[in-house]
This record gives sequence, C-alpha cells and structure tokens, in this order.
Amino acid sequence: MARTAVPGRLSWLVATVGETKEETATARTLALDVPGWPGHLAGQHVTARLTAADGYSAQRSYSVASASEPDRLELTVQRVADGEVSSYLDEEARTGDQFEVRGPIGGWFAWQPDDPRPLLLLAGGSGIVPLMSMIRTHEAVNSRAPLQLIYSARTPDDVIYARELSERARLSPVIVVTYLYTRLTRWRKTPAQVTPDREVSGAQKHGGLLSRHLTHPAEPAAASDLPPVRGYAGRLSADVLAKTAFPPGLSPAVYACGPSGFVEAASNLLVAAGYASGDIKTERFGPN
Amino acid sequence: MNVVTRGFTGRRRDDPKLPPGQYLEHSFPVLQAGPTPAVNTARWKFTITTETGAASSWDWRQFTALPAEDISTDIHCVTQWSKLGTSWRGVSLDTLLDGIPTSAGFAMAKSYGGYTTNLPLPDLRDGKAWIAYEYDGAPLAPEHGGPARLLVPHLYFWKSAKWVNGLDLMKQDKRGFWEQLGYHDYGDPWREQRYQGD
Repeated sequence: MARTAVPGRLSWLVATVGETKEETATARTLALDVPGWPGHLAGQHVTARLTAADGYSAQRSYSVASASEPDRLELTVQRVADGEVSSYLDEEARTGDQFEVRGPIGGWFAWQPDDPRPLLLLAGGSGIVPLMSMIRTHEAVNSRAPLQLIYSARTPDDVIYARELSERARLSPVIVVTYLYTRLTRWRKTPAQVTPDREVSGAQKHGGLLSRHLTHPAEPAAASDLPPVRGYAGRLSADVLAKTAFPPGLSPAVYACGPSGFVEAASNLLVAAGYASGDIKTERFGPN
Repeated sequence: MNVVTRGFTGRRRDDPKLPPGQYLEHSFPVLQAGPTPAVNTARWKFTITTETGAASSWDWRQFTALPAEDISTDIHCVTQWSKLGTSWRGVSLDTLLDGIPTSAGFAMAKSYGGYTTNLPLPDLRDGKAWIAYEYDGAPLAPEHGGPARLLVPHLYFWKSAKWVNGLDLMKQDKRGFWEQLGYHDYGDPWREQRYQGD
C-alpha cells in the first residue's frame, strides 16, 4: 500500500462485528468485517461512526490492533468513564451488529515494515493497542528488527494481550517485554533496585540479542539467562530506561503511546537520555 | 445515509456550539507528533517572512510588549473533542502583520521542533488569529504549545501550531505536516473538513 496514509477521499465503510474478546475487565477486542477496507500501516487509526435509529450519530477514533489485512480489522476498545461510544462497543455491541468506519488515518505514528532500525515501544495502559499492531506486523513480515516493549499498566490484571505478548516474547528471539506495574508496591523490585550482578547480566542479554540479530541475522536464538518477559513495580524512570531499553547510540525507532501524562513523561525522559527527538513518535489520548 | 447501529442510542447533546461529529470535552487533551520541545524565552524569536524574503522579527521582550488581547473562544480538535469557552491572552496577527507589505494569499506556520501547517492568509487577519502566550490566566504550558502558540480557533486545532516561531507568507499554497499526511488543507469544523476530500 502507499506509504502516505490517506490516498484520496476517505469514504465510510460498513463494519460488521464478528468475534469479540474480553481482554481485561475494561477492555474488549472487536473483530470487524469491513468489505473494501484496504489494509493499514501498523499504528494507524480509524474513525468509527455509530448512528442511532433516530439519526443521531457519534464519532470516535480508535487505533487498529491487528496487523494489516484487506476487508478485516480488529479494534481494542478501553472503556472510558462516561464514554458514549466506548461503553457501547465494550458492553452492548455483539456479533452481527453494524456501524461505520473510515480510514486508515494518521501516517505519522506508523511503522514501515521494512524499517530495519531496532524498535523501542513504550505503552501506557491502552496505549498498547497501536503498538500491538506493530508487534503483530513485525511477526507477519518476519522482521529481523530487535523489538523491545516497555508496557506500563496499573496491575497485571490491567495488561491487555498479556498471554499473547508472553507467547510472542518466548517464541521470538528478537522480542523482549518489560512490564511496569504502577499500582503494585510489593512486587519485584524495579531494575534500578536490583543488585549489580543482575544489572550486568541484563545488559549482556541486550548486547547478545543485538549482536545476534544485527550482525548475524540468520543465527538461531541462543538460550538466555534472563526471561524474555519481566515485570517490575514502579513507573517509567531514567533508571528503568537505562537498564531496559536499547541505548540511544543504537538509534532505535521509538513509539510512545498512552495517556498524555505517560507520553509527556516518557518522551521527556527519552530526550534527556539522549535519544534523538526526530526518532521519537508519540500518540496521546485522554485528558491531561 | 448512515447504517443504523442496533442498540446504540447515544447521548443527545444538542449544543449549538458543537460542530458536527464533535463531543464536549472538559479537560484539555494534548495532541502532538513527538516530544515537547524545550523552548527558552531568552532565545525565542518570532519571524514573519514575506514572499519576497523580507523578514520581520520579534524577540520575547518585544513580542510581549505589543498590545495583547483577551480571547474567549471555543476550540475544536479533529480527533472529535471540542472545548467551549476557553480563555487565552495573546497578540493579534493583525498587530504583527500590520505594515508588512505582501500580496501573498497563504501562510505556512512554522514551529520549534519542525512542525508546519498551512492556512490562507485572510484567515489570520481581521481578528481571527493570535499568537497566544497565556491560557486560563497563566503562562501557556509547554505541552499546550508554550511559550507561545498560534491560535486560529475557527479552524480545527491542528492549525493552531504549538511552539510557533514564524510565518512564511506564500503566493501559492503548500501543505504542512498533517496536510501532507492526508488532513484537510483548510479544516473548517462546521463543514467537517477533517481529511483531504471532505
């Protein structure tokens, strides 16, 4: 598909709800059959338009969660307090129901599957959704780009796609997932607090991963002494970033998505740590 | 002719101040493509460059010494939220453009951080646009475009460039950052001009 996001006029397409899946207590995935949907770049969003019987309609924007395919897409909708549209999609919509979508929209916060740079993904809450499209696309195109996801959620129960993320990280030699649980205090220590030995071995794992996949892309994965999925209590900080993320010198492509406060904090930390502003793409939602 | 969505009743908000497809937001969401640039007012400069290349500049002290206006206005974001009755203080573009000879029909607003957006020049005149540096009685916060942003509230809010540092006046229209990515060249919320072709 075209590298620019929106070729020509965007028309409304009829979306029919297929399968649905409860992801967490407040997030639900809807698989949509959308004849005429052209596919999308990972990270792009759609506008959904719901119309009541008397003609009243409401529009909202949602990131696409699935990898690109024609005539079908998945949305994961986080219910927001007092949400006129999200409460319908999360609680009322069922298989066979119809609404309209148009898109794909937003060619900036989008990952080109042939981008060879390491991919550093920072998710806050349901900001994981467009990043999940990138992770799924990364596998769909057999990308060799090393990928790190740092996913900040309140508790393990608030993690969307937890099982799939664990599975992907376990199976893929290039994917590492770090969870940060902001509402847990008696969990594992943050990486900033772990002993020096462990910090060193963490650094070695990343070094090993990178050298394996940047310089010997065909070499099979070696056993690693650190799990590909890790969870810590605490928020994103300069220390967490220094100990879990690709260093700035590797010039990763960085995508940060989540509530405004998370994205503001994350992008300020990244810039302060030396990542180039031009390599950091952000998408924010919700109030300040 | 919309498809009717079974079970959707929605919430009627027949507020005549809300353009079509918008909903009322009480907080102030932040939308931007990348990190918030740190802009120091000691080095801040705003420059208007005409189609002949003639440039007029103001530093922060000169800019904030210009006559300022209090603006109360509704703002409308292309991501469907509208916020009503927001309060700003800033310098009218009429003041800044006064005495600058030009026959340009368009302007490209430019920002610290590299953002651009294009507008017809007449939309920046006649009391329709400001360079705002206060919001709700306080200095404009960096994530909302501080120290100063363009304020063109009759168009979708991506036209109100944050961290603005200049206007290039142009005889021919050119597309800015979001416009190149498919967003509308003009962006009138009352005609729902969200994307090219709307």
